[in-house]
Amino acid sequence: MLEIQEIWKTFNAGTVNEKQALRGVSLTLRDGDFCTVIGGNGAGKSTMLNAVAGTWTVDGGSIQIGGVDVTRLPEYKRAPYIGRVFQDPMLGTAPTMQILENLALAARRGQRRKLTWGVTRAEKERYQAMLKNLDLGLEDRLTSKVGLLSGGQRQALTLLMASLRKPKLLLLDEHTAALDPKTAAKVLELSDRIVAENGLTTMMVTHNMKDAIAHGNRLIMMYEGRIVIDVSGEEKKKLTVPQLLELFSKVSGSDEADDKLLLS
Amino acid sequence: MLNFINALPGAVSQGLIWGIMAIGVYITYKLLDIADLTVDGSFCTGAAVFVMFFTTGTGLWPAMLAAVLAGMLAGLVTGVFHTFCGIPAILSGILTQLGLWSINLAIMGMKSTVAINVTTGEMLDKLLVSLRFVQDVAKGIRPFYRHPILVIGMFTILLIAVLYWFFGTELGCALRATGSNQNMARAQGINTDFTKVLGLMISNGLVALSGALLAQFNSASEINMGRGAIVIGLAAVIIGQVLFSRLFHNFALKLLAVSIGAILYYIVIQAVLAMGLNANYLKLLSAAVVALFLSIPYWKSKYFHVRVKTGGAGHA
Repeated sequence: MLEIQEIWKTFNAGTVNEKQALRGVSLTLRDGDFCTVIGGNGAGKSTMLNAVAGTWTVDGGSIQIGGVDVTRLPEYKRAPYIGRVFQDPMLGTAPTMQILENLALAARRGQRRKLTWGVTRAEKERYQAMLKNLDLGLEDRLTSKVGLLSGGQRQALTLLMASLRKPKLLLLDEHTAALDPKTAAKVLELSDRIVAENGLTTMMVTHNMKDAIAHGNRLIMMYEGRIVIDVSGEEKKKLTVPQLLELFSKVSGSDEADDKLLLS
Repeated sequence: MLNFINALPGAVSQGLIWGIMAIGVYITYKLLDIADLTVDGSFCTGAAVFVMFFTTGTGLWPAMLAAVLAGMLAGLVTGVFHTFCGIPAILSGILTQLGLWSINLAIMGMKSTVAINVTTGEMLDKLLVSLRFVQDVAKGIRPFYRHPILVIGMFTILLIAVLYWFFGTELGCALRATGSNQNMARAQGINTDFTKVLGLMISNGLVALSGALLAQFNSASEINMGRGAIVIGLAAVIIGQVLFSRLFHNFALKLLAVSIGAILYYIVIQAVLAMGLNANYLKLLSAAVVALFLSIPYWKSKYFHVRVKTGGAGHA
């Protein structure tokens, strides 16, 4: 479903702030894979997700989604294949538009926008039922502006929006990091549900090692722009946090990384 | 006082005409979140193109259409500067506006003023609106339905209806999403460069239409007629918002509020002039009023906190 081959990305090339964010990352996800991504600050986790989403184009390498080479496509042209939830709850929704309008925009992700009505009556009922299913009390607030919602409500809405049109790939970029623990747990649970119900191929970046182990069928760890650990299947199921830390210090060749990871 | 009352219908008519321009400003400033300074130039472009076509024998509607298209072209240039060339929006508008000054002069045959000859009734009759119609209707020479307030009023309602429809379509929603959150819009597959250019074109088309109407109203196109248009537009948007934001939530009503804002602006200007202010100071007054109204929301949040109870037992 996703095939990343040897991608490279350097920011601020030729300046004192030069940073090699991705150094030849390769990764293949099969249809239905749920891969969690961990690593310290600046390891390249979000950079990899942004490379796939097309926030900018990579310096080298190639990216294929479902057999389509998207390496040179701008962000908006990759949208048909990708559903996204950002770390910042503000980023995934249009705050000055209604819940209903946001959903309708997402239902047309990647389609040509025509001069037919932006929201149809049939859609309204469909969304109402879906929101009821979310159980956040949003089904009665269809015409409320999204700007009035809490961070958790917005992330839940963004999740729903990302899955309205089934994407080939769902990208979750630390989407619970800005939420309080209780809300974060609820949004994670919802993510699991939506991924399972739709059988979505998913990549989830997280700072929380426990979450990374508990969710999905594959786990990768990044360090200095490379993938250093890649476990899946039975091996992943048996994984514990101390084991993961040990594994990491072996690969990175240092102990200080433990603190970095735990603290970040 | 009597002077003021006599001038009122003219002021309201003019306010309605500027209101169309203000609706154009609303589209960029409020919906796209871009302060587009192109309008100072494209307003006159609309007037110039209309007058040149109309005085050389083109029909009223084709001439107005030409004016709108010219305005849209100006918006396209600003949009290309901003998206394709990566120039900040404000600067893009300033560049287009500056360039348009030369272009407008060229359109008007290097003359700073081109008049529509209304001394012969034939030419005057063909116009959609004119300041003369205000008096003519009052005197009973012309039927009431030619009164500029009625004509422009209907015209405005028609425009609002079209815009209401457009911004409710998929494409219109995409444009609003771009102004609300570009990241989200792109993640939904919206080409935000395209929607921005489209918004700037629609906006400047309306501005040029307003210019074409004012040229008819004043029976002339004049090179400086658009100077400060953006400030008048912002004034109308802000006045409309301050007065009606609690009442009007529907998009069509919000556009109507902008139009009413423009009318109120012109009534105030008329009142100030009637009180004997030198017309030279009008632009200073406009700038001061808009600066004040733009500051109020900021001051409100910074200095005037809503008093809330602190301490004591409350709901957690």
